[in-house]
Amino acid sequence: MQSNRLGWILLAPTLVILFFFGVVPFFYVLWLSFHQWNPFAADPNVIFNGADNFRALVFDNGFLSSLGVTIAFVFFAVLSELVIGYALAQAFLKDFPGKAIFRTIHTLPLIMAPIIVGSIWKLMTTPSIGIIPSLLRSWFGYDLNIGTSAVAAFTVTVVMDIWHWTPLVTLTLIAALVSLPSDPFEQAQIDGANKRQIFWHITLPMIMPAVLATVFIRLMDALRTVDEVLMLTGGGPGSATRYLGVHIFKEVFPRTNYGYGSAISIIVLYLTIVACWLLYVSLIAPRNTKG
Amino acid sequence: MKRHATWLYLLFWIVVSFLTMFPIYWLFVISVKPAVELFSTPEVLLSSVYWQNYIDVMNDSTLRGYMVNSLIISTGNAALVTVLGFLACYALTRFELGGKESIFFWTITNRMAPPAVFLLPLFLLFTQVYKFGDFTLLDSKIGMILVYCTFNLPFAIWTLRPTVDGIPKELDEAAFVDGASAWTVITEIILPLARPGLAVTLILTWVFAWNEYLLAATLTNFNARTLTTGLSEYVTTTGTEWGVMATISVFTLIPALIIFSMVQRHIVAGLTFGAVKG
Repeated sequence: MQSNRLGWILLAPTLVILFFFGVVPFFYVLWLSFHQWNPFAADPNVIFNGADNFRALVFDNGFLSSLGVTIAFVFFAVLSELVIGYALAQAFLKDFPGKAIFRTIHTLPLIMAPIIVGSIWKLMTTPSIGIIPSLLRSWFGYDLNIGTSAVAAFTVTVVMDIWHWTPLVTLTLIAALVSLPSDPFEQAQIDGANKRQIFWHITLPMIMPAVLATVFIRLMDALRTVDEVLMLTGGGPGSATRYLGVHIFKEVFPRTNYGYGSAISIIVLYLTIVACWLLYVSLIAPRNTKG
Repeated sequence: MKRHATWLYLLFWIVVSFLTMFPIYWLFVISVKPAVELFSTPEVLLSSVYWQNYIDVMNDSTLRGYMVNSLIISTGNAALVTVLGFLACYALTRFELGGKESIFFWTITNRMAPPAVFLLPLFLLFTQVYKFGDFTLLDSKIGMILVYCTFNLPFAIWTLRPTVDGIPKELDEAAFVDGASAWTVITEIILPLARPGLAVTLILTWVFAWNEYLLAATLTNFNARTLTTGLSEYVTTTGTEWGVMATISVFTLIPALIIFSMVQRHIVAGLTFGAVKG
């Protein structure tokens, strides 16, 4: 039998790297969040200030508005992706020629760098360069300007996220739908159930685990959206698209207020964990215990 | 009736594919237009192709440097995480290590954390703590290779574990009985059998590293600056060079597209972290 020491030796490099670049940063930022530190302020020392950073955060309008738009963004993006993704998955199950090609094309956005997706949508929607504002003006007489209209900028970030990530939802739901047994559906049709009844009482409960897993993954990814929004709008106009990740990036470094920035980072991490935990407890865990 | 529906679904998917492809096509359109034409009414079809932006980008030594940096960092990182992930998976599947399931899940949580949260501590650690004499990890390729491990190493472990686990343990036990060393067993028995899984891991982690922006933007200035950060330098408040920006985007996109054609089937399983079988 091999000695366990060899196992630990093989595992060691992984553990060391993750310790220095995952664990240490976490405890460092946690420690800093209870301190006041601005190296370019009158007093550049690190001073313990208890929960002052967190107390200030509760009344920080910039942070609160960022939290608000993030929740709105995640809600609209993930919900739309689920609905569109389900419709696409259903449409894919029917018989038509060239399925493999369409599936390949549909997967394309998934491999693209978020910053490139941002760049593409910037080129699509910037007035005078993009095709979308030009079409909207000639068809509906509507002036789309993501540089001045908060609603337009927010909507475009949601549409961009839908374009980027709906394929993931579609493909996971196709996988779930394909693996369903056909008996319950035939039985329901014999019993005279209509399409809506079949969807709510048979299809949805059966694909629920896949739906929940997809929501879980999309929620976590949407919460940390930074690159593409930074590229597309830079968080503007005003703070209309300043999602939490963008907020950290824009707030912490230019101000060099490291103690306060750490507090923001810790709170964002905490909120992400809580959001995932709530989702897990309310949706996934009860099903597992019941099952 | 049946035929009718078939054509309807075909038409539907043609529309969906058009919506997926058009933004990418538009990126190409902007990249092959001279700057003066950009501000007239946008036109979908190209009347002529103008390659000057591509020539300019190729001749720009700064951008060439960024491209080389991107290549070195993503290749170095992908190779490192694939090797380390492979060894870690061997350890996790062949040994009775105390708390190995907890270790496994702990590595995975490293990938789930939002990267924005770690920008500040990593920046401070890179500038002030992780230094050896005059050498700091900030703005160094080795620093970027190591920091990308935080998201790629968990991914490599996650994707490789079923592969390594699936290789019959009788094979290495038999080899050990014959007196082979651990090194021989790993390199000559396990490695050849795990090759397909290793290839997919290598390719996907390479793309993830190549695509990364946020950490590179924070932790590099010039020496280790990557192509994605170079792209953002062309977006300024005073005046964006749209053609150049589109061209750099195309350059960043091309390797990912080539790779996409190679590992298309594995992408969904990779992105959902195996939670859903794609």
